[in-house]
Amino acid sequence: MNKYYLSYLEELESEAIFVLREVAAQFRNPVILFSGGKDSIVVTHLARKAFFPAKFPFSLMHVDTGHNFPETMSFRDDLVKNLGVNLIVGSVQEAIDAGKVREEKGRNASRNVLQITALLDTIESNQIDCAIGGGRRDEEKARAKERFFSHRDDFGQWDPKNQRPELWNLFNGKHFQGEHFRVFPISNWTEMDVWNYILKERIAIPSLYFAHEREVVWRNDSWIPVSEHLNMDDRDVPVIKKIRFRTLGDITITGGIESDADTLEKIVEEIAAMRQTERGNRADDKRSESSMEDRKREGYF
Amino acid sequence: MINQNIEYNQLLRISTAGSVDDGKSTLIGRLLYDSKSIFEDQLNAVEATTRRKGREGVDLALFTDGLRDEREQGITIDVAYRYFTTPKRKFIIADTPGHIQYTRNMVTGASTANVAIILVDARNGITEQTRRHSFIASLLQIPHVIVCVNKMDLVDWSESRFQEIVQQYEGILSKMTIRDVRYIPISALNGDNVVNRSNDMDWYQGAPLLHTLETLHIASDLNKIDARFPVQTVIRPQVAEFHDYRGYAGRLESGILRKGDEIIALPSGFSSKIKSIDTFDGELAEAFAPMSVSLTLEDDIDISRGDMIVRANNQPKQVQEFEAMICWLNSTPARPRGKYTIKHTTNEQKSMITDVLYKINIDNLERNSDDKDIVMNDICRITIKTTKPLMIDEYRDNRSTGSFILIDDSTNETVAAGMIIS
Repeated sequence: MNKYYLSYLEELESEAIFVLREVAAQFRNPVILFSGGKDSIVVTHLARKAFFPAKFPFSLMHVDTGHNFPETMSFRDDLVKNLGVNLIVGSVQEAIDAGKVREEKGRNASRNVLQITALLDTIESNQIDCAIGGGRRDEEKARAKERFFSHRDDFGQWDPKNQRPELWNLFNGKHFQGEHFRVFPISNWTEMDVWNYILKERIAIPSLYFAHEREVVWRNDSWIPVSEHLNMDDRDVPVIKKIRFRTLGDITITGGIESDADTLEKIVEEIAAMRQTERGNRADDKRSESSMEDRKREGYF
Repeated sequence: MINQNIEYNQLLRISTAGSVDDGKSTLIGRLLYDSKSIFEDQLNAVEATTRRKGREGVDLALFTDGLRDEREQGITIDVAYRYFTTPKRKFIIADTPGHIQYTRNMVTGASTANVAIILVDARNGITEQTRRHSFIASLLQIPHVIVCVNKMDLVDWSESRFQEIVQQYEGILSKMTIRDVRYIPISALNGDNVVNRSNDMDWYQGAPLLHTLETLHIASDLNKIDARFPVQTVIRPQVAEFHDYRGYAGRLESGILRKGDEIIALPSGFSSKIKSIDTFDGELAEAFAPMSVSLTLEDDIDISRGDMIVRANNQPKQVQEFEAMICWLNSTPARPRGKYTIKHTTNEQKSMITDVLYKINIDNLERNSDDKDIVMNDICRITIKTTKPLMIDEYRDNRSTGSFILIDDSTNETVAAGMIIS
């Protein structure tokens, strides 16, 4: 007998494809926010599926903090070339040079918050009316309240207490000149779903997710990669460790975990046994109880 | 959790509603905690907060803490979504506040749910809030309702008290259309009958809540009879290899379509046959709801977004005026005979509310046909007229082609949710 129901991964995939097609139909100039991390890679893969056999009607947009993993950058460039899509880059360095934002100082300096200005400037200067992101509601408590279609005012701000109600699958992307939307096709996916899907679909991901040897220092309960961008002092003792990354952000704030998982199967198995959330290794979320909410209100991803 | 049954495990969407005092947050916290869906860093954070508040152990309710204002005021403002997985299913909980001023959030959370969990405090029995939640579950046609009689520890695990509440609830059901109701006596605080069976209620022979959620039969809840395929967008690759390709992209909202089926495109009425059902992973012989696919047809007919592909022998109604129940979602009241954009499947038209037949008081379910002003959180039966025909089914037969939203063009906000009656 045929089964006339979808498994949960198939249903999540179908939902995401539906959302991506709604974006194509409702917006004039949509982009996929591409960080080189697994979530935006999955969204890009879903976009390929949604518009097959045509190319997907979105550019990729990358906010370049200048503090990237070199592996992420080469992965991005290869993907753009293979897909034959347009790449828009927003530069944090340019925003710093233009005096729009000021670099943080000290040992834990990061460019994380500075991305907001570069992101919003690039959205405005390219007249982007919709930025598709890989955000998931299971990541963080502020994100648990996020809509699939999330409205941003003409300052790019999110008003969590005044969101449009979202019923059934009727997505309202109407907006005025200067406003834009953030759309999250994989809102209902968890970290485990993303990994199971990557495994099922055999989606290519940066080598950083697989166990590899790297020079690191122990900070804030995780292994931070040594790089030219990391401000180090006497307290930092570089060691070589076999690690892998669970999430990818800036090289200065993304902590690795010790691991031997060097295949997708082993990663899925390891994640399944994990007792820590993935953002537990992200220094950007540890700053305060509402750090994600504060950044999101201002226009963060 | 590793999922060995990834090919078969289904997704269950749950809606819960309630206020701080009836133990809703504790119940969700208990489900997450006992199903081992809480990570160590989350647990440590909650333990630290519990200590800071001068209490001991783990305050389960803190797992569902949301925005800063909510934490400060100890209330839930908006719908929050929670996720957990067991070896049997993946679960999405739409967690909504239960106060009357948040009717709109309950309606939102209920719109996609397979099952509603309704919490009743064993000491208080059925309250206005219970009626309100149940009415919304009935209005939104949630296929399954589980009434959890909570705080059984505070009524000495009394079977007669439980039965009394079941009887009370059966009484209010007569005014509603809920197909499947189950009752479970629980103590969310102590974990009785949530994930693990209670040791204090031997008289209860049924399954604990989680087991019930894992085994609810939901595959047949979706309408598999009436094939409805609203077109989202037309796929036209601009390359030589697919020169004449026109794929109608959309999601099958209900029913089944097969290659070779005789179809008709609405509203044009042109007929054709399905030439292929395409996906990135290859062609399919058949597609069923809720699959996202692209259809190609034997004939070159004019079809665009907002049109609907259906079987020639099973068509929705095409109407320009119909009755519906709506829930008003916006702080600006409805304008008398005001014009709004109606969004129904992928179709958008101008519309006007031509009559307000009655309003429902959701606390006692009484009808009021004198009050014609529609304000936020009102639920009323209206007549609506559209500039062009819509392809509709009744909401009770089809949650996709029977639902719509109204959008105010002056603000672009979603101001109403509607369920089509006839």
